[in-house]
Amino acid sequence: MINKKDVEHVALLGRLELNEAEKEIYTQQLNDILKYAETLQSLDTADIAPTAHVLPIKNVFREDLVGQHLSNKQVLANAPDTEGNFIKVPKISSQ
Amino acid sequence: MIQWETVIGLEVHVELKTNTKIFCDSSAEFGGDPNTHVCPVCLGLPGALPVLNKRVLEYAIKAGLALNCEIAPFSKFDRKNYFYPDSPKNYQISQYDLPIAEHGHLDIAVNGIAKRIGVTRLHMEEDAGKLVHQGTIITSPYSLVDYNRTGVPLIEIVSEPDMRTSAEAKAYLEKLKAIIEYTGVSDCKMEEGSLRCDANISVRPLGEAQFGTRTEIKNMNSFKALQKAIEYEVKRQIAVRENGDRIIQETRTWDEAKAITVSMRSKEEAHDYRYFPDPDLVPLVITAEWIDEIKKTLPELPDARQARYVQQYDLPAYDAMVLTLTKEMADYFEAILAIYPQPKNASNWLMGDFSRLLNANQLEITASPVAPAQLAALLKLIDKGTISGKIAKTVLAEMVASGQDPAVIVEEKGLLQMSDEGAIAQIIDDILANNPQSVTDYRGGKTKAMGFLVGQVMKVTKGKANPKLVNKLLVGKLK
Repeated sequence: MINKKDVEHVALLGRLELNEAEKEIYTQQLNDILKYAETLQSLDTADIAPTAHVLPIKNVFREDLVGQHLSNKQVLANAPDTEGNFIKVPKISSQ
Repeated sequence: MIQWETVIGLEVHVELKTNTKIFCDSSAEFGGDPNTHVCPVCLGLPGALPVLNKRVLEYAIKAGLALNCEIAPFSKFDRKNYFYPDSPKNYQISQYDLPIAEHGHLDIAVNGIAKRIGVTRLHMEEDAGKLVHQGTIITSPYSLVDYNRTGVPLIEIVSEPDMRTSAEAKAYLEKLKAIIEYTGVSDCKMEEGSLRCDANISVRPLGEAQFGTRTEIKNMNSFKALQKAIEYEVKRQIAVRENGDRIIQETRTWDEAKAITVSMRSKEEAHDYRYFPDPDLVPLVITAEWIDEIKKTLPELPDARQARYVQQYDLPAYDAMVLTLTKEMADYFEAILAIYPQPKNASNWLMGDFSRLLNANQLEITASPVAPAQLAALLKLIDKGTISGKIAKTVLAEMVASGQDPAVIVEEKGLLQMSDEGAIAQIIDDILANNPQSVTDYRGGKTKAMGFLVGQVMKVTKGKANPKLVNKLLVGKLK
């Protein structure tokens, strides 16, 4: 069972700001989802290896050759704030 | 009074020396103008997809083999989720439960005592970007981000908690660095951050089976810093425990200027990374044939080279260890031997005066102004009696300063050894006449007086007199 505290914890990890009503809704909905997924628990998976990928593909590689870079102007285009060639971010540690 | 035992495990990050990043074709070169070695993949732009650089996998396998690891036949990449400005995707692609290599070891020796240190695992991951603060991260009003390093390939090598002293930790890191350098997969420059080390440290009462609570120490940028940080942290933990308090599991940073470790943060959910398989990358299947192929590319590693030096060159174990600690040093040594096949003599000069001169001039052996052939030529001049060993030290200093050939320096500075028996005998006669007391002392059994008299001859001849000849003549005249 997922409780409101779990939802608050996951929201914090995902940097989501939820109001009280949303916390209630998500607690309910997440429990419903887990309950539905529980159906899978009835399958016998003793002889099945854990899935690493959903497609039967392996060993896809790239050769070690340098390609095209973005221009610094393009790199900074989406940044909310910049200084010189850098992206500027708010104070990291408040300690 | 409780005796405390220290338990240390190291986590070492090594940047691989590839042309491009681990999952995209941006340049992995160190430096460059900020935010110019980036593309949509390493910036984590929506829709961009990572593809593994084949060389990264081959290098990781090579490093794993060099560390006596088992290579996983099946491996995959996972996402480690966290928010931090140095990571544009808000997750790092790493390996969680199926690392490429596990169960290795390396051997160290401290004060002649050999010890095997376990290597728990080696995995591939991407490096994070670089943050530039004004002052420290704590005082800086804002920070600047450079994503050039984001996505540079790393291997993380995790040791078992097998080390018990800071000296063992240092020996482990030195050996690890040597092995990785030998394989050629990284240049392991601590000052450029291509080799970085974190230490997990705890203390426990001697004899207790269970480990104490550990702290993780970061930001040690040299071997000296590693040793000093461990020593400080051990003292701190013992003081906390003896005071009846508990150690808090946390990350601490080494403050080089203050020579202390400082708590970084202890957020309760700090370590909730929610790893899961990265759906953008497909699994790796490594065949035995592929592993064998990579194994064939391994060079002679430090331990094998060290053993060969003892066997083939009849060198003491200590010499063999020091000479093979870096590939460059060992290669240099063997280049001298190719011209001057006297291993012990070459070793003495290389480990002694030559290393001291390089250190004093802050030169790496790779940047030595003296080529192996030149050093070999110097040693030949001594053996031929052209110059004395003492003069050779002066010549070597001059060689390091100017890069000039030894014969030229000897010629130009008039340093040829004086082997004219008549001339030396004349000088000795004068000295004996001027130092009657020493002569009496010597004849009275005080053999120390001999050293004084030899010194006087050397002083007059500015060190150029052939010492063997001086000794022979002096002994004869003092009879």
